[in-house]
Amino acid sequence: MDAVVELDCRGMLCPRPIIELAKNLHRVEVGEVISVAADDAAAASDVVAWCRMRQQEYLGVENAEDGVHVYLVRRLS
Amino acid sequence: MTTRGRTPDPTPGYTYLDTASSEPLHPAARAVIEQALEHGYADPRRLHGPARNARILLDNAREATAEALGVRADEVTFTPSGTHAVHLGVLGLLAGSARAGSHLVASAVEHASVMHAGEWHAARGGSFTTMPVDPLGRVVDQPALKATVVALQAANHEVGTVQPVAAFAERAPLFLDACASAGRLALPEGWAAAAASAHKWGGPAGIGLLLVRKGVRWRNPFPGDDRVDERATGMENVPGALAAAAALQAVVAERDEVGARQRALIDRVRSAVSAIADTEVVGDPVDRLPHLVTFSFLYVDGEAIVTELDRRGFGVASGSACTASTLQPSHVLAAMGALTHGNLRISLTRETTEAEVDALLAVLPGIVAELRAEAGL
Repeated sequence: MDAVVELDCRGMLCPRPIIELAKNLHRVEVGEVISVAADDAAAASDVVAWCRMRQQEYLGVENAEDGVHVYLVRRLS
Repeated sequence: MTTRGRTPDPTPGYTYLDTASSEPLHPAARAVIEQALEHGYADPRRLHGPARNARILLDNAREATAEALGVRADEVTFTPSGTHAVHLGVLGLLAGSARAGSHLVASAVEHASVMHAGEWHAARGGSFTTMPVDPLGRVVDQPALKATVVALQAANHEVGTVQPVAAFAERAPLFLDACASAGRLALPEGWAAAAASAHKWGGPAGIGLLLVRKGVRWRNPFPGDDRVDERATGMENVPGALAAAAALQAVVAERDEVGARQRALIDRVRSAVSAIADTEVVGDPVDRLPHLVTFSFLYVDGEAIVTELDRRGFGVASGSACTASTLQPSHVLAAMGALTHGNLRISLTRETTEAEVDALLAVLPGIVAELRAEAGL
């Protein structure tokens, strides 16, 4: 699953990674994937909750080479 | 012992909406505490007159507490905190059932005191498993899970959702965490041991209740003490216990009236907050604690909104990571799959008025809009 836009939100505390996700969503086309690398503990819950509330598709989480979680989201609208 | 009246307002003009953390002292507790301090200082175990006085006060507190909760007086132990009562309850049931096994099962949304007891138990050779919850925060049974002891809250302390306690009563000896609900809701049936905390119903801090049903296998998991009550740790806080009992009696006597008023006010908050864009109101809207509600605003910093509300004269709590000493988001919200940032928990006092709630609802949308604008959204 290749992300068209990769956001690096390492070191940011919530809600910052979610704000970045919302601000940058327009950079991918509907059907494409945007990823968020975040080490804040709240991102694990909040990326999923954001997708549910904003009707986007949560695809799952991968680990970056440095072990940081990378959350994948497909733009649906 | 029932006394009615208004609580003196320590900060005129300030609206305290965090009773789920700690309720202001009930006037009924205030009415007895001075006399109790004067006459309840001695060690109730001794044989002299002052000890007899202390013993009478302690017995009164125990009987009044038992009556208010609908349990037997010999099932009530006063502990130095609600947390200690939880630890004694959970670990004492496990110790009492040690021959049958050592597996503690709890819901994923239990209070931190239950979670810490579970982790402590697991670190000492036992095992600890949590059961998931649905999006309303209600526990989802795992029938295949074999439990030695089940720990379940009567109602959740953050989102208010009432748990189906009776459904778990046949599974294993059940520990009931009634800290968030005691006094506000009747105790459910089916528990073997239970815990409550006086400062959550308007008693003083430093008084917990451990309830152990007659005939239940409970063993002290800690070194223990030489009190008359084998479950007690250290000399009982006699004046505190009496004040806690007086508050509990009063809260139970007025709960239909206060609860109905609080339910209507919380419904009002739920409905008004739902109208703010990108907001999630969590927890069961109906089968819930009467006095509290939790919601989260997308893109809003929890610490910033709590600070801004405090500046405007409203004291509220948050389950967001940035407001926690651990920088971890609320495990309750996370287990429910709810949004954890921008989170607020509003919990009403017994005297919170419609005007106070409306004043909060009047400032909230503007504060949320401001904070979102600052974030560039």
